[in-house]
Amino acid sequence: MPHTKRRRLVTTAVAVSLGATALTACGAGDDGKAESGPVSLTYWTWTPGMDKVVDLWNQGPGKKARITVTVKKQASGDTLITKILTAHKAKKAPDLVQAEYQALPTLVSNDALADISDQVGDVEGKFAEGVWQQTTLGTDAVYAVPQDIGPMMFYYREDLFRRYGLKVPTTWEQFAETARLLKKKAPDKDLTTFSANDSGLFAGLAQQAGAKWWATSGDRWKVGIDDDATRKVAAFWGGLVKEGVIDNQPMYTPSWNKALDTGRQIAWVSAVWAPGTLTTAAPDTKGKWAMAPLPQWSAEQDVTGSWGGSSTAVTTDSAHKEAAAEFAAWLNTDHEALNALAKEGGIYPASTSAQLSGAFSDPPAYFANQPDFYTKAADIAKTTAPSAWGPDVNVAYTSFKDAFGAAAKNKSDFAAALKKMQDDTVADMKKQGFGVAR
Amino acid sequence: MTSPTSRRPYGVKGAPYGFLLPATLLFALFFALPIGYAVWLSFRKMHVSGLGLGAGARSEVWAGAENYTAAFQDSELLNGALRVLGYGCVVVPVMLGLALLFALMLDSDRVRLAPFTRLAIFLPYAVPGVVAALLWGFLYLPDVSPFSFVLDRLGLPQPDLLDGGPLYLALSNIAVWGGTGFNMIVIYTSLRSVPAEVYEAAKLDGATPLQIALRIKIPMVAPSLVLTFFFSIIATLQVFNEPTTLKPLTNSVSTTWSPLMKVYQDAFGRNDIYSAAAEATLIAVVTLLLSFGFLRAANRRDKQEAAR
Repeated sequence: MPHTKRRRLVTTAVAVSLGATALTACGAGDDGKAESGPVSLTYWTWTPGMDKVVDLWNQGPGKKARITVTVKKQASGDTLITKILTAHKAKKAPDLVQAEYQALPTLVSNDALADISDQVGDVEGKFAEGVWQQTTLGTDAVYAVPQDIGPMMFYYREDLFRRYGLKVPTTWEQFAETARLLKKKAPDKDLTTFSANDSGLFAGLAQQAGAKWWATSGDRWKVGIDDDATRKVAAFWGGLVKEGVIDNQPMYTPSWNKALDTGRQIAWVSAVWAPGTLTTAAPDTKGKWAMAPLPQWSAEQDVTGSWGGSSTAVTTDSAHKEAAAEFAAWLNTDHEALNALAKEGGIYPASTSAQLSGAFSDPPAYFANQPDFYTKAADIAKTTAPSAWGPDVNVAYTSFKDAFGAAAKNKSDFAAALKKMQDDTVADMKKQGFGVAR
Repeated sequence: MTSPTSRRPYGVKGAPYGFLLPATLLFALFFALPIGYAVWLSFRKMHVSGLGLGAGARSEVWAGAENYTAAFQDSELLNGALRVLGYGCVVVPVMLGLALLFALMLDSDRVRLAPFTRLAIFLPYAVPGVVAALLWGFLYLPDVSPFSFVLDRLGLPQPDLLDGGPLYLALSNIAVWGGTGFNMIVIYTSLRSVPAEVYEAAKLDGATPLQIALRIKIPMVAPSLVLTFFFSIIATLQVFNEPTTLKPLTNSVSTTWSPLMKVYQDAFGRNDIYSAAAEATLIAVVTLLLSFGFLRAANRRDKQEAAR
């Protein structure tokens, strides 16, 4: 099974690299004695409605344990990482932070996250192996508790697919054929767009193809952004854009919303959280969309990438790491908490047992026409490829946006853009002094 | 020998310094110190060893001029500066030209509804830059723009205003829309302070309104034109809001479109405050050189004219 083999490779690679960290981190986080007296914790998060979920804690288990959590709403994305790191420099980082999986190596390498393996080690079984591995970075340490995941899927307009006689593509080759066929039948319509304004999408597609953007050998990092798997993905999308069979405009603009809502774009490669986005972007087409697994690179494969997803981490600056870890574990494994998170924040839980219960027994309102939406989603989530992140994901992501944005606009060579992404990332690591292998 | 009386002048001599103290202190605390710190940071860098993992893997070290050489060699910073230059070449003449034109028109005798018109032209200045950029951004986006809709109905081609050359015009338009009113008020105010006798004398000499505007009014308000030009150069070099707000709407605006966006990206996207500090210092020095260079050139001309 090539799939498990690959996962193991990544795990060992990162494990070797992070062994040293685990040791030092254990030494640092030594205030593991039982807490007594009231504890108050601060929590930086961007999940909408988190304050309501935290209220459940403050009035329930938190009240018993005399641990009060206060939510400080933050902006998502790279700026929050910088904010955490800046606060950490002043030794004033909040007790708990929300962090996307790809940001964890950056935070760990700045010694901002505490090892909470002693407190949360027993919840490991509630998460899929590939998800949990991202929070341990392959070591014995645990740097965060997974909160939500974003397994990727293919969304399409069921009615329009029928009208134009299109079949739901199961391979990327069929996907390209579908795009061409649609262009022939309805020249003013596009199957989808290649958008360069969300790097997570491209990272997820590369992950599905088997890319390993960061790995370590000895005390050196190996950057594999410009590897065969990613080249394949870049060439595929670049080809479609150049051919003019898909659009090249960015996502999340009023234009894009309108294209989805009026059926000018009839499919979207997205993740499990798409219903939320579609509800606001394309309200008029509610009930006309359907979800299918992501197309595959070969017919016998069954693997998906992930786009988005985040975790709850405890910082090294926290004076109450044990209490904070206790809250993090509750938030992401307790059924009541996860139900509230799903309802208030619209997240798709990383906890496997929560993926089919409570809020997820019925399909999202937008997909009322697909009763087995979440059963399907849970099955797809199981096929998520492992991911490998490095310490300067933010640089790679920015470089992607600029290089691929320009390439998509000019319909030029995506391979050159990918090379620029690789070069920028390596140059930044070298400039900072990281050991980088050729 | 010092007597009590001979000490008094001493105390008086010290008084000015005493009065200066609060201002000096505030200046040092809130101006010199932060700038000094930024300059200090620009000579430092973060050094990572090996894999950069673990507690002791990162240390701040002296970088010398390294950040500055990197900034000078950074083609993206230079390209950003060139883009802003192109943008400034559109914004400054158009905005000041319009401001002068409006001020002269408002100042003419035949104008009606002057207070209302003045307010209407000034109003966009009160709209925050981000809001203005959003507003125009929506008007530019082909699929939601009413302009595109009308052009489409008339069977005319719809230009993509968020791409290539038109992008500069689109960005300039936002700045002109927002800035003309302010500059107009500055010029208009100085027009009002020109004594009426001057115009009277000109009229008696048989000057037409156009001649009065060209030969008298414009030379009289030259100092305020210099001032508005000076402000406009600084504002142009610091352009950040408009391209940042338009960025999500188009592939044509990169994260480092203008020099300040590059500084922002380095500081908050890449978490490299050292490079960002060096670039910021560089931009400040260039702004200073450009604006004061312009002021000196303008002053020299004034003096030459006065000597003539």
